[in-house]
Amino acid sequence: MTSETMPETITVREALRDAMAEEMRQNPNVFLMGEEVAEYQGAYKVSQGLLEEFGSKRVIDTPITEAGFAGVGVGAAFGGLSPIVEFMTFNFSMQAIDQIINSAAKTLYMSGGQMGCPIVFRGPNGSAARVGAQHSQCFASWYAHCPGLKVVSPYNAIDAKGLLKAAIRDPNPVVFLENELLYGQRFEAPPSGSDFILPIGKAHIERPGKDVTLIGFSIMVGYALEAAEELAKEGIDVEVINLRSLRPLDLETIFESVRKTNHCVTLEEGFPYAGIGSELSAQIMEHMFDFLDAPVLRVTAKDVPLPYAANLERLAIPRSPEIVQAVKNVLYNA
Amino acid sequence: MSPKNLKNSPHSPSLENLYKAYESMYLIRRFEEKAGQLYGMGLIAGFCHLYIGQEAVVVGLQQAVTESDSIITSYRDHGHMLACDMSPGGVMAELTGRSGGYSKGKGGSMHMFSREKKFYGGHGIVGAQVPIGTGLALAHQYKNDNGICFTYMGDGGSNQGQMFEAFNMAALWKLPVLYIIENNLYAMGTSLDRHAAVTDLSTRGSAQGIPGKSVDGMDYLAMREAALEAASYVRSGKGPFILEAKTYRYRGHSMSDPAKYRSKEEVEDVKSHHDPLSILEAEILRQGGDKDHLESITKDVKKKIDEAVEFAKESPEPSEGELFTDILV
Repeated sequence: MTSETMPETITVREALRDAMAEEMRQNPNVFLMGEEVAEYQGAYKVSQGLLEEFGSKRVIDTPITEAGFAGVGVGAAFGGLSPIVEFMTFNFSMQAIDQIINSAAKTLYMSGGQMGCPIVFRGPNGSAARVGAQHSQCFASWYAHCPGLKVVSPYNAIDAKGLLKAAIRDPNPVVFLENELLYGQRFEAPPSGSDFILPIGKAHIERPGKDVTLIGFSIMVGYALEAAEELAKEGIDVEVINLRSLRPLDLETIFESVRKTNHCVTLEEGFPYAGIGSELSAQIMEHMFDFLDAPVLRVTAKDVPLPYAANLERLAIPRSPEIVQAVKNVLYNA
Repeated sequence: MSPKNLKNSPHSPSLENLYKAYESMYLIRRFEEKAGQLYGMGLIAGFCHLYIGQEAVVVGLQQAVTESDSIITSYRDHGHMLACDMSPGGVMAELTGRSGGYSKGKGGSMHMFSREKKFYGGHGIVGAQVPIGTGLALAHQYKNDNGICFTYMGDGGSNQGQMFEAFNMAALWKLPVLYIIENNLYAMGTSLDRHAAVTDLSTRGSAQGIPGKSVDGMDYLAMREAALEAASYVRSGKGPFILEAKTYRYRGHSMSDPAKYRSKEEVEDVKSHHDPLSILEAEILRQGGDKDHLESITKDVKKKIDEAVEFAKESPEPSEGELFTDILV
């Protein structure tokens, strides 16, 4: 590609920042709170420049106090504001999961529809690199399990911006699962104009194909695309679905793809037990049984706390070679 | 407990105010007694935490509430809802799980709300309402609407880590929040001296520099005066304040608690010597109030409660279609 035809690119980090900045410009009730979001510009620099533009009333550094500030965010949302609560990583959201589930997700129902909670909980989820078990878990299935929440997980810059803007505008609590390793990656820039949003609940076919369906989200979409390139060399035509949204799930897109390919492999960085792949295979089995030529396979992290040692970490987290092998297994039952 | 002579206090209430307070407290007492009966009859189920004995706390506090303010509490919430003028029928119908309840029957005793009355629940997880109330205060400050948040908790809830986390942020950001610790001496079955290293709960915010005060929560006049002072402190922009209301619940923690962790004599002593309704009645009579008027108040309240019970029995159960509504906006 020559420089003239090169599309404009931005990093996921910039896309997330732009999404917040645009929504904060449009709605004075949107504010950001979390650890190091203001003066430090974000532990991962996602909130770069926001303090300068919006001031300390709307970009609030909190103490290290996850249960407390998640609850404060929920209260502010009940009180008519639209908070964005950043967790430095979703591993720390375990301190606050009671507020997310019991307060944010359930109160609308328990109040007979009176108490909406327009709040976004966002931050990096899943494993980064060499940070050990306590900082490396994927919580997608934990949050997707619960009615009353929407759960979103972007892959590229378009996803990041379009989905975060949609999440901030959504009147419901949204858990927004980012990925630290993707923050610095460059992708095609989202369409310009502050009204670009992506609907929550809609998956995206990143690569159409006819032989096998790969369903992933977040960083696994990138590995799926790598695997698809590799498999194309062997004449295997892979369709890659980027889920974008984990609750609600876009079953229509998934089913349509499986109806066409008759083979499916699910991908995630989370543990296998009761994971997103478990839900996907159950849904496909219940609704698409007659269209399957082989059982759905799951590619997941290994069922162990993530080890620190480089070699063991490589074994624990799934990457494209494992996906390539899984596709061959599902196609040839090898 | 002798009635305090507040004649010279700037906050000294009128006889009319005392009658109203009596009515409000008696309404709560009678409502809770009825709720207990309906529970016994099987019309109310699950968890049901009665407020009997603690009436002076919330009615005293309510004197300091303005239209801009918000209120939030834990699961012992019936009294708070009645005090902020939510309809007894709507509350009772929620207890019976009917469509006419404040949450259409989908919340129950611990989960009721009224945006109209700025009552934000009704929360079932001990202590979780404290950061939420602090967030409501943040919203008041952010919108600059002159409101403050009345955030209630019990002595049991005052041990939760998230309470200290919320205190820290409230003090740090000078949020307009009045924390009320209703100390009824028992965290379910564990007495105060067995659950709190420091039993003076007004000092719960000392590490965060939050001032606090202990008040006789059985005495409406004392409660009212302390509430007005504390609310005016919070309203002035100085940040949070803690009021410890020393009170007592006559019934068990919930309907399923026989309360064997305390003696009958202890309960009887409070009922005979420190009952909030009796104390207020004595004060009314001391100020030249009319016994007949009090009787007419109790008569009206009984009628109101009978109507509430009737409504709660007659209101239909929620339609089956309600199962799948109100999950998302």
